[in-house]
Amino acid sequence: MRAEFAQAMLALFDTRRDLVFITGDLGYLALEGVAQAYGERFINAGVAEQNAVSLAAGLAREGQLPWVYSAAVFAVLRPYEQIRNDVCLHQLPVKLVGNGGGYAYGIMGATHHALEDVGALRVLPNMRLYLPLVATDVARVVNLMADDPLPNYLRLGHSATLPLDIPAFAPWRKLKPGRSRVVIGMGPVIQNLFALGEPELLEELEIWSVGTFPLEEVPEELAASITQKRRVISIEEHYRAGGLGEALSHLLLTSGLVPESMASLHAAGYPSGRYGSQAYHQAQSGLLGPGLVARLKELVRA
Amino acid sequence: MLAERVLSVKTRFLAMYKKANAGHIGSSLSCAEILVFLKFAWMREGDTFVLSKGHAAAALYSLLAEAKLLSERQIDSYYEEGTELPAHPPFNTIKEIPFATGSLGHGLSVSAGMALGARFKGEQRRFFCVTSDGELDEGSVWEAALFIAHHQLNHVVWLVDRNHIQAIGRTEDVLALEPLDAKLRAFGFHVLTVDGHDFGALLSARDECEGLWSVRPAPVAIIANTVKGNGISYMQDTVDCHYLPMTDAQYEQALAELKRAHAATLQGYRDAG
Repeated sequence: MRAEFAQAMLALFDTRRDLVFITGDLGYLALEGVAQAYGERFINAGVAEQNAVSLAAGLAREGQLPWVYSAAVFAVLRPYEQIRNDVCLHQLPVKLVGNGGGYAYGIMGATHHALEDVGALRVLPNMRLYLPLVATDVARVVNLMADDPLPNYLRLGHSATLPLDIPAFAPWRKLKPGRSRVVIGMGPVIQNLFALGEPELLEELEIWSVGTFPLEEVPEELAASITQKRRVISIEEHYRAGGLGEALSHLLLTSGLVPESMASLHAAGYPSGRYGSQAYHQAQSGLLGPGLVARLKELVRA
Repeated sequence: MLAERVLSVKTRFLAMYKKANAGHIGSSLSCAEILVFLKFAWMREGDTFVLSKGHAAAALYSLLAEAKLLSERQIDSYYEEGTELPAHPPFNTIKEIPFATGSLGHGLSVSAGMALGARFKGEQRRFFCVTSDGELDEGSVWEAALFIAHHQLNHVVWLVDRNHIQAIGRTEDVLALEPLDAKLRAFGFHVLTVDGHDFGALLSARDECEGLWSVRPAPVAIIANTVKGNGISYMQDTVDCHYLPMTDAQYEQALAELKRAHAATLQGYRDAG
């Protein structure tokens, strides 16, 4: 999604003069075009995320629209208090961009994975998160963020490739109908549901994608499905704590939608203590391949 | 007259602290002259001030009241339930307070951001940021210092309230900062060291900065040597005055000592002609 993001930022620069792009010394072979176009409004703030975020808050206080780009884990967790105090408390439109949500950095190792970014930001006041799914979502999301007066976070990853056409980016999107279970996911890990190699299992699953946090009101069609099917599964490349499954449970219960069962498929961290690609870690967490198939079969049988 | 202003500011915040039975008195006494000088002798319309050492908020509130930017009713509410004036500066409440501070190590970065924003807008405003010295333990301060120097944010003035005492110890015992002037110079700042309680010295620093900006713009750091709890004999240069509130007797003593010192200052001015 990085290339699409850079393209979208370039396109945005044609229409807005208040943009400032700050990178925490990342974006090699991705941001060069942005740097050239933005000129003095492109700032490599160095490996100094705390300063970068407070700097962005100061710029926003002066009416600028700053974007702060780094790896997801560095963009969120290193400057967390700066995000909380300088950005969110003051409700300033600072746009955080985290590349490599979940295990997207793969073999780079645990320090580079972002498995708690959504949970960490979800608890902050005024913060709205955007989670694109496919490549074409990115430009739409960038435009939504530019017009959003709130602090935002954009979680980038490797775009999902889906075997079907889906609606344009929205807070809730129905991706496909299904027979007996409602699956709600966030981000590109959803594509793993379409790669089970088990057509009958897939037919059981009605699949939805969540694109923003805080979660918006459950759409009528989804509410009807949950009422009818009564079994909900969430899937996310994020730890269970603070993630989609928890947010969804709360939303459903407080909306008077009480399913018969809810199951959460989520990142398990490093259960084997071994490292590999994003796919390796997803598989280790039961988010891809045979582990995912087995878990879904179990849930569909239950 | 600055001496009258600072007496008024100190008298007001001592009353606030007494009524609230609150601490951080030494921190406010440490920076009172600096704040008064900036507000009444240096800052122009459009300039921005950030009190990065937010624990001296009472001094800031009192200063703003002195400038008629806060009402006495607001001042009276300090520390009360439902107040707009908590122990550390609030967010989005008071126009002259652009950022809530209190967690240390944020003020210099937000000042840099605002200065950069003003530069993009082609505005010639100045940004004054007062940090404490204990605050310099925070790595983010040095990130901001690198940034300000590298980007030549020449209209950021960083004033360090150098009282040598942090929350529970002396700075040189906790994490030694000296030689601080050499450190700041090495980071790329034009460094001035002044007596932070002496308006004459602050005036000279101001004139030197203004002169510098007119010939060779550079980011400026002013190390203002101060005394924590300045002017009150039982508080001066003690770690205790970071936290302890005043007893009735101590409050009376503080007021009496302030008045005596003020009278002596005025006499000094008269003697000097």
